[in-house]
Amino acid sequence: MNAIHSTPFTDSASAIVARGLTKSFGGTTVLAGIDLTVPTGTLLALLGPNGSGKTTTVRVLTTLLAPDGGTAAVGGHDVTREGAAVRRMIGLTAQQATVDDLLTGRENLELFAGLYHLGRSGARRRAQELLERFDLAGAANRRVGTYSGGMRRRLDLAASLVAGPRILFLDEPTTGLDPRSRAELWSVIRELLASGTTILLTTQYLEEADQLADRIVVIDAGRVVADDAPAALKRQVGTERLVLRLSRPEDVPRVAPVLGEAVSETTAREVTLAVQGPGHLRRTLDLLHKADIAVEHVELRSPTLDDVFFELTAAAA
Amino acid sequence: MSAVVTATGDLSRLVVRNLRRETRVLDGLIVNTALPVVIMVLFVYVFGGAITTGSSGLAYIDFVVPAVLLMAGGYGAAMTAVNVASDMTEGMIDRFRTLPIGAWTVPAAHVVASVIRNVAACAFALTAAVILGFRPAPTPAGWLLTSAVVTAYVLALSSLAVLWGLLVRSVQAAGAFSFVVLFLPYLSDGIVPAETMPPFLRDFAANQPITPIVETLRALLLDRPAGSSPALAATWLATTVLLSIPAAALLFRRRTSA
Repeated sequence: MNAIHSTPFTDSASAIVARGLTKSFGGTTVLAGIDLTVPTGTLLALLGPNGSGKTTTVRVLTTLLAPDGGTAAVGGHDVTREGAAVRRMIGLTAQQATVDDLLTGRENLELFAGLYHLGRSGARRRAQELLERFDLAGAANRRVGTYSGGMRRRLDLAASLVAGPRILFLDEPTTGLDPRSRAELWSVIRELLASGTTILLTTQYLEEADQLADRIVVIDAGRVVADDAPAALKRQVGTERLVLRLSRPEDVPRVAPVLGEAVSETTAREVTLAVQGPGHLRRTLDLLHKADIAVEHVELRSPTLDDVFFELTAAAA
Repeated sequence: MSAVVTATGDLSRLVVRNLRRETRVLDGLIVNTALPVVIMVLFVYVFGGAITTGSSGLAYIDFVVPAVLLMAGGYGAAMTAVNVASDMTEGMIDRFRTLPIGAWTVPAAHVVASVIRNVAACAFALTAAVILGFRPAPTPAGWLLTSAVVTAYVLALSSLAVLWGLLVRSVQAAGAFSFVVLFLPYLSDGIVPAETMPPFLRDFAANQPITPIVETLRALLLDRPAGSSPALAATWLATTVLLSIPAAALLFRRRTSA
């Protein structure tokens, strides 16, 4: 591990600040210099595919993993040198559920409350409060092993909130949840945000980031490829994709020159473009018609994470 | 509140959590407490009549009970290895590490819970032995020393189990620890006299740790001369504890820092 320079972060407007975080495991670079800033009381979504370094970033910021280089401060405390102070201010809901399956929901929360030293009656009260708030009171005395995926997630989140942290890390909190459980979790996250909690959330879903975040940082291969407000990011990516299926496969390579713009993706018979503004669709079809490129099928599609990546990495290249 | 009081409180909360988990795995609980008793019944009533206790001149039940006590203490230790591995590989350790507690309390609580549970399993096995006709006749000091030997044995196995649980990378591999505690007593002087074994096994039985511990317990429970066994047993047990606890602490630090 090389020297971590000692930059004290005294900026109280930023709950989380990371500069140049690097980490490799056995020669594989996982973080190649991550910079991010989360203003107090806001939600930052860290958006990226599997293996892009989201979880590693969260582990560094929550003191679970020492970075090889760079600095990070959470709540004004350096994560490598003042780990204990950081841990007192944060809550973490990791990707892997971190509640005890063999204990009941109540026993889990009382255990964690006890380990936060809330005292016996304090722990009991806090557990009850959280069970009610997360709609788990009815299942409080059942073993967590019998819970549904959504209930486990809610309990996990409740466990992270036992000590009333001001800064919360949520690592893919909705992955694997059904749409209803996801919507429920989103509303809990919005409530937390409204009560002033700073949140760093990782996700693979552009829609989730768009719904919740004040700012989105897109990472790929351990590097930040975009850092912007959701609206600006979407503008950059194009709000919708236009998928054109051509009658003749041999026309596919002609589309880009005819339109005079880059296409995001091509398959044997399909060409995908970012739709840019109202007149774009008609102009596109007009140009193709004039060039005698027959279009068999037209489809408008919302941008996916794949589109975002294509757009952002193509822009960088 | 001083740091020591806080750490003791954290440790006891985690010990309660571990013991509570034990009571929830019903089949594990039954296996760990009942199996040694079943084995004892099997040996005393089925095989016992055909087994000579050799030069010891003991009734078979008197001969076999010390080894059964050690088995009872050992089965649970295998569960401890599995519990440690599951905490380390299934995410719980991340939760504990973000709490304001000393991380060392997590493995330490596994050792303490394992000792409590396994001493209880030994007491259960001893009670069953008495019901089956075992009549120990130790002096009060003998009882005290018996408890001390059993506790030391359980402590040694528990710290070894925690070390093993930290060493392996999966819950399945952690389960392999049960083979050690399952077979070691059979290859000792505890179930059949070592003098009846073929020469290579006899040498192994005479020199492995279970034999002097069994002989020490026999001497204490039946008020017989012990010879050099207590010193040998104490050396084995102290060495195991003194090596495996620092090794486990070191390994735990390595696995939670990287």
